[in-house]
Amino acid sequence: MFIKHETIEKNAFLLLVFTLLTIAVGGIVEVIPLFTIETTVEHVKGVRPYSPLESRGRDIYVREGCYVCHSQQVRALRDEVERYGHYSIAAESMFDHPFQWGSKRIGPDLARVGGKYSSDWHYAHLMNAQSVVPESLMPHYAFLAQTPLDTGDLVRRIKAQRMVGVPYTDDQVANAAADLKAQADPAADNAALLRRYPKAVTVPGDGRSVTELDALVAYLQVLGTMVNFADPANEKPRQ
Amino acid sequence: MSDAAIQYNEDVVKKFVIAAIFWAVVAFLVGVVLAGQLAWPVANLGLPFTNFGRLRPVHTSAAIFAFGGSALFATSFYIVQRTCRARLFGGEALANFIFWGYQFFIVMAALSYVMGFSQGQEYAEPEWHLDLFLTLIWVLYGVVFIGTVLMRKEPHIYVANWFFIAMILTIAVLHLGNNSAMPVSLFTAKSYNVASGVQNAMIQWWYGHNAVGFFLTAGFLGMMYYFIPKASGRPIYSYRISIVHFWSLVFMYIWAGPHHLHYTALPDWTQTLGMAFSIMLWMPSWGGMINGIMTLSGAWDKLRTDAGLRFSVTAVGFYGMSTFEGPVMSIRGVNALSHYTDWGIGHVHSGALGWVAFISFGALYYLVPVLWKRERLYSQKLAAWHFWIATLGIVLYITSMWVAGIMQGLMWRAYDQFGFLQYSFSESVMAVHPYYVIRFTGGVFFLLGSLIMVYNMIQTVRSPTTARPAAEPQTGLPIGTAMAGA
Repeated sequence: MFIKHETIEKNAFLLLVFTLLTIAVGGIVEVIPLFTIETTVEHVKGVRPYSPLESRGRDIYVREGCYVCHSQQVRALRDEVERYGHYSIAAESMFDHPFQWGSKRIGPDLARVGGKYSSDWHYAHLMNAQSVVPESLMPHYAFLAQTPLDTGDLVRRIKAQRMVGVPYTDDQVANAAADLKAQADPAADNAALLRRYPKAVTVPGDGRSVTELDALVAYLQVLGTMVNFADPANEKPRQ
Repeated sequence: MSDAAIQYNEDVVKKFVIAAIFWAVVAFLVGVVLAGQLAWPVANLGLPFTNFGRLRPVHTSAAIFAFGGSALFATSFYIVQRTCRARLFGGEALANFIFWGYQFFIVMAALSYVMGFSQGQEYAEPEWHLDLFLTLIWVLYGVVFIGTVLMRKEPHIYVANWFFIAMILTIAVLHLGNNSAMPVSLFTAKSYNVASGVQNAMIQWWYGHNAVGFFLTAGFLGMMYYFIPKASGRPIYSYRISIVHFWSLVFMYIWAGPHHLHYTALPDWTQTLGMAFSIMLWMPSWGGMINGIMTLSGAWDKLRTDAGLRFSVTAVGFYGMSTFEGPVMSIRGVNALSHYTDWGIGHVHSGALGWVAFISFGALYYLVPVLWKRERLYSQKLAAWHFWIATLGIVLYITSMWVAGIMQGLMWRAYDQFGFLQYSFSESVMAVHPYYVIRFTGGVFFLLGSLIMVYNMIQTVRSPTTARPAAEPQTGLPIGTAMAGA
């Protein structure tokens, strides 16, 4: 009935197969249902794909490793909700490839940082964090203001995200370059941008060229603002 | 059949030993720089490639994959040949390709981080080109290792090899699962992970926690199961414990990932499962610890005279400590306090410095005289200095991080008499500054210790005082092979 352990010890093939079976169980039980159970991510009003400028800003957020010091996940704990705002819900990061929930708060959580400060504050803070928060440990990101944003493969980047499930429409793909420009130029007409990406925040920029800093600020300003928790339709508690 | 008749491939083992020592120093040095940046932010310099965010993956990858990985390759290739009494499968060229390929991967990964290429997932930062290349190297590693096991002249597969096999297999599965990503184009080092949000989080921590469980635990347990019996000249304490320990560890570790995601948007049932298995994991972990430490029974006196063995046994002690701390931190209520704080950093380093680095040092102090055919280590005294300086460094590191972490957790949730949050976030940042300085000091100690080791190793290889007496036949094997080998 039972195989003697000696048999496994003397047979590399059996050892391999049994080990593989043993390690498979936990992963299968924990991961696969997350893709099949519908309530894992409950759809809420307001969550939309990132605008082209926000998405490029997110690329920079990932590139610079912001996630090693900042979480993006308000836990369902009283003090966190009071400090940062409504606890994070699954739908809010459903278009985040990759997720940036983080694991350490050397700096504060950023899940709801959007709209908390002015864009001017963000520019000053990213250029020299200690100039606005003297106690801050944050490095200076002034170089982002001198780096023009590379938009050469913008459409390819959006399409790659569409391939992995972000529902960008053909309209959004076709207008990606125009939307990016409009969001980085306060003088531009942004009606079309806001129709495609409600609540997108137009960043001040310097009016000449779009920089990486502009993109990063646009991303930070949308974080946590997509869902309107005052809307009764979104009141159903998740947990 | 005599062992001397088999020509083991020790050349590749030597190369990986040198690499492990080199990357150890690099990993500790970058760690010290990062600790300095957290204590004194001007040290970031404001340059793209010197900022904390880009350097931190260099430190974690150098510690885990470069130092830990090279130590694993060195010891697993050494152990599998001795315990199977077979030459490494696949020949010189393949072994050398694995060595140079792996070193190439490490250098490219480090360069890519500082140049601004990252997948943005902890411990899985390399972009997709490098992930594919690593897959190739890892598959070849599996072929060589399992090939050698199949060629063995011993009927049994020795317990250390079970752990190495589990590591090779599981790391392959995890690596492929977590790095499934859609590249922007063939020529762009930028990709978007196939999974998003909550599913991505679960897969990432299934990967992340089992990088700890299989790379940093199972592999290094393989080291424990060979070098402690060898250095102490005693057989493994309990054969039965090794069987139970192996299968339960391998089964339970995989479930533990969700304890990184308590109180998040991950469904409650997954969090609870992760917590339950993390607590259960305490048992197999301590089974392994008991098996390692009790192997010393009857040979405790060797701790006084053999500094390498002292490293190995202290490592198992730290292993026991951090595998108790881990389950405690995985309990939801404790995690509410500990998560996102420096307690986590302290926990990781009691494992990484106390367990992974110490068990590797123990193996390296054993291996260098054997591989370079020297009579003994150059200086037991210097090794003892290394031991005490490094231990002091760990103690400074983990105690300062405990205090800092618990303080952060308490400050973030503190309410004043009117029911308002008592502290702003920046007050908690100011409060931990002294502990960041202490942590930096601990890191410097640990780095200094490793430099002493480098000197000791070089002298072991080069000093005439460690040469073997010419009259003796050079078998290259110490007595007691049969003890751990059969």
